[in-house]
Amino acid sequence: MNDTALVIAGKTYKSRLILGTGKYKTLDLMKQALLAADPAMVTIAIRRVDLSDKSSQSFWNYLPEGLPILPNTAGCYSAEEAIRTAHIARELLQTDLIKLEVIGDPKSLFPDVQATLEATRVLVKEGFTVLPYTSDDPIIARRLEEAGAATIMPLAAPIGSGQGILNPLPVRFILEQAKVPVIVDAGVGTASDAAVAMELGAAGVLMNTAVAEAQDPVAMAKAMKLAVEAGRLAYLAGRMAKKFTGSASSPTTGISPKRDPAAL
Amino acid sequence: MKIVLNGDQKEFNSELTIQQLLDQLQIPAGRVACEVNLRIVKRAFYGATILKDGDAVEVIQAIGGG
Repeated sequence: MNDTALVIAGKTYKSRLILGTGKYKTLDLMKQALLAADPAMVTIAIRRVDLSDKSSQSFWNYLPEGLPILPNTAGCYSAEEAIRTAHIARELLQTDLIKLEVIGDPKSLFPDVQATLEATRVLVKEGFTVLPYTSDDPIIARRLEEAGAATIMPLAAPIGSGQGILNPLPVRFILEQAKVPVIVDAGVGTASDAAVAMELGAAGVLMNTAVAEAQDPVAMAKAMKLAVEAGRLAYLAGRMAKKFTGSASSPTTGISPKRDPAAL
Repeated sequence: MKIVLNGDQKEFNSELTIQQLLDQLQIPAGRVACEVNLRIVKRAFYGATILKDGDAVEVIQAIGGG
C-alpha cells in the first residue's frame, strides 16, 4: 500500500517516529538506539554548560550524521522562558523548529495550555516552526492550530509515565478536526502503545523514556520503529468492524460428519 | 572584574571578550550560544563583544532531552 511521508511545515521526513535523546545510561547506547529507530528527527534540550563537568560536550559526537534536530523548551514554566529558550535554540542550532513545552505542574508535567498558546502566537510571528506539546483538549488544539502551530502534539499520558494511550477519545476528536499533523507526544510505554496511536490516525509518535528506560533500549528502539510502521499500515488498511458474536473463519458447510446445529 | 557566569560569580584580572572567555573555559564556540544580560550575542560577534564588570553571562548548550 502506498503511503505519503510525514510533512511538517512543507518539509518531508523519512519516518513517523520522533525520538528523544534523554535518560540513556550511556551516550553509546543512545547512538545505537537512534540508529535502530532511524527516526524522522531527534529532540534535544537546551541547558547551561556545566563548567565543572564538560563531559556533556561530547553529546554531539554521538548523534548520527544528518539526523534532523528538534530542540525543545522542556523545563520552562512560563511563555517568557519558553520564548527565550526558543531564541537560544535557534542561535545554537540554526533551526526554526521548536518543540514548545510550557509545563504547568511539576507532578503531572501537564502543559500550561494558556501559556503554550501565548508562546505559540509569539514564536509563529517570529518565524519559528512551532510544534507544541499540549493536553488532549480538542478546543486548545484548535486554538493552537489557529495560532499557526505546525503540528499538534497531544499527550497520551503524563511525560515519562509509560502509561500508554489512556484516553483515545479526545485524541480522536483532535485527529478528526486537525489540518496539521497530529503527533502523539508523551505517555507511550511500549510498542503496542505506539501502534495504537498510529492506528487512531496519528501522523507520528514522539517518545523518549519508553526507549531509554527499556531493559534493552536498542531492541526497543527497533520495536518502536516497527510498531509505528505497523500501526500506520493498519490505519491505512482500515480495520474490520467489531462484532458482538463469533464469526467462523472456516466454511460452515461440508462438515463431516454432518451435524445438526439444533442438536448442540 | 567580576561577571556572573551561568549563575556563579567569577573574577577576571582584566576585561575580556566572549571569545576569550570561551577560550579560557576551553569551550568550542560552535557548540554553544551565549547571552549577555539576557540578550543573545550572535557567534560572529564573540570576538568583538567585551564583557563588563557585573555582566551576567550565560553559556548554553544542547544536551540529551525528550
